[in-house]
Amino acid sequence: MTQPVFWGLVGMALVVMGLYALIVHAHLLRKVLALNVMSSGVFLVFIGLARRAPVEGSAPAVDPVPQAMVLTGIVVAVAATGLALALIVRLRSLTGRTFLGGDKGD
Amino acid sequence: MPPDLIGPDWQGSGWMLASVFVPLAGALLGFLLPRLAAAMGLVTAVLTAAATLALTLDVMAGGPARTLLGGWAAPLGILWRADGLSVALMAMTATVGVMVSLYAAAYFRAAAHERVFFWPLWLLLWASLNALFLSADLFNLYITLELLGFAAVSLTALGGGAAALTGAIRYLLVSVLGSLSYLLGVALLYHACGTVDIALAAACIADAPRPAMQAATGAMIAGLLLKTALFPFHFWLPPAHGSAPAPVSAVLSALVVKASFYLVLRLWLDLLGGGAGAGGGRWLAELLGVLGTGAVIWGSVLALRQERLKLLLAYSTVAQIGYLFMAFPLAVAGSAVAWTGALYLALAHGLAKAAMFMSAGSLLRFGGHDRIAELDSAVHRLPLTLTAFALAGVSIMGLPPSGGFIGKWLLLEEAFRQGRFGLAAAMLLGGALAAAYVFKVVGHAFTPAERERRVRAIPKAMEWSALLLAVAAIVLGLTLPLISPLLQVGGASAAAGGAA
Repeated sequence: MTQPVFWGLVGMALVVMGLYALIVHAHLLRKVLALNVMSSGVFLVFIGLARRAPVEGSAPAVDPVPQAMVLTGIVVAVAATGLALALIVRLRSLTGRTFLGGDKGD
Repeated sequence: MPPDLIGPDWQGSGWMLASVFVPLAGALLGFLLPRLAAAMGLVTAVLTAAATLALTLDVMAGGPARTLLGGWAAPLGILWRADGLSVALMAMTATVGVMVSLYAAAYFRAAAHERVFFWPLWLLLWASLNALFLSADLFNLYITLELLGFAAVSLTALGGGAAALTGAIRYLLVSVLGSLSYLLGVALLYHACGTVDIALAAACIADAPRPAMQAATGAMIAGLLLKTALFPFHFWLPPAHGSAPAPVSAVLSALVVKASFYLVLRLWLDLLGGGAGAGGGRWLAELLGVLGTGAVIWGSVLALRQERLKLLLAYSTVAQIGYLFMAFPLAVAGSAVAWTGALYLALAHGLAKAAMFMSAGSLLRFGGHDRIAELDSAVHRLPLTLTAFALAGVSIMGLPPSGGFIGKWLLLEEAFRQGRFGLAAAMLLGGALAAAYVFKVVGHAFTPAERERRVRAIPKAMEWSALLLAVAAIVLGLTLPLISPLLQVGGASAAAGGAA
């Protein structure tokens, strides 16, 4: 198994674990953590697979473009986590709940 | 990079930049100067609409345009491209945007807290919508999707109540999950092609290993379907759209779900070559058609069963999204007429649903509630609002001469021509159910009041902006010769594919 494939599979495993946790856990903090695990998995797939085909006569180089993209993705993930936490804190102070449900009525 | 891969587009005018950076600047100034937020928001809305109009006229006259941000060419640089599909959706966004801004200026006049936060967030949402419609780069599209999602979630939470917060949190989780799935697809595609530029990736996708490409497109499209709220992924939409303030619901239902639909269409046409190239394209199109049919039936039935007006409209959005996806099997098997029909429906639904949510907001403000059964006598007090609601309903039902009629007619014609009677029957049934739920509301509104209710006056701007949008949805049906050249997307991309 080559290194890129290994990291790609590890990333996919993280994505699947995160998705599972997102679905089964009701507590909102756990859902946010699950999304973070998932995004780490996606970033790992992105970075791990980013190895250029070896140019003849030189060592295989690492493609820097995905790293720049993942850096942007991390910023987005941090922003999403911050927004989610702010909303959850507000929901808890209003209702005392830290899980979803009961939003059908007013 | 050889320029012929990207096409013989002319170097775009500054209007492209203006349509994104004007609302962005307005949003930032709105954050810095909260007292002037409303006045500045209105000015920004008018300027953004003017830039969009200028860009639309440019593209209608000169064909697709592009801009290299910072002068860097693909694959490293970021490319913006405006073709007929982009400017049609941008023009619809601008029309809805100006009217929603007029409406919101009156709606939030008394609510200082909401006014201060509405304007920057709404302008950010507009900027990210325009950026999304212009981006020709898969990663840049991910960024605009996330910006759009964050602005939409924050607007959903604007009311600050428990229902709004719960709806917003669920919306945020779904939105981030959808974006991550999309990004996973982009990562797999990058691994195979080494580029995120749509035109360059499309050129390489045919030679790439097929299982990897199927996984990549599957992940991207699944994520986008979740964000578009296609049945059975629609569970998050009604609580979010139903609990937001009226101008926000109008924006979410009319514009935000269209953005991810646009992206599915863009990937389908420009990346996958209309489903003709990929082996699984045909099956994917059939699957989308089945889900669309399910959405039309299920959404319409649930809309009919709602007791609150805003939830009825939210479920109606679920149903109307279904029609857009019924075009996929028709377009893969036949001609590009189905795309024109679906786009027409998307534009008409945007105008009409915004008008309906704005009317619902006026009714809610007027009576203090939106329970459909207690809307009696509203017609005597709010004739303009009820007219707007009924006119928009004509387009949603698909009666002539509205925009909704043209779109549905093109799809139905295509379905009959191909002998797809199941799809045709679902469209007709959806139209009948739409008529039932629109008349359910209008009927209650026409009932004479049994007792005097306490009511509040409605600013004229709220009534007129909704009415103008509803009229626009009707007039859209009369402008087919003017707009249809813009919507010939299937044909245009087929020609480009032939050239490449």
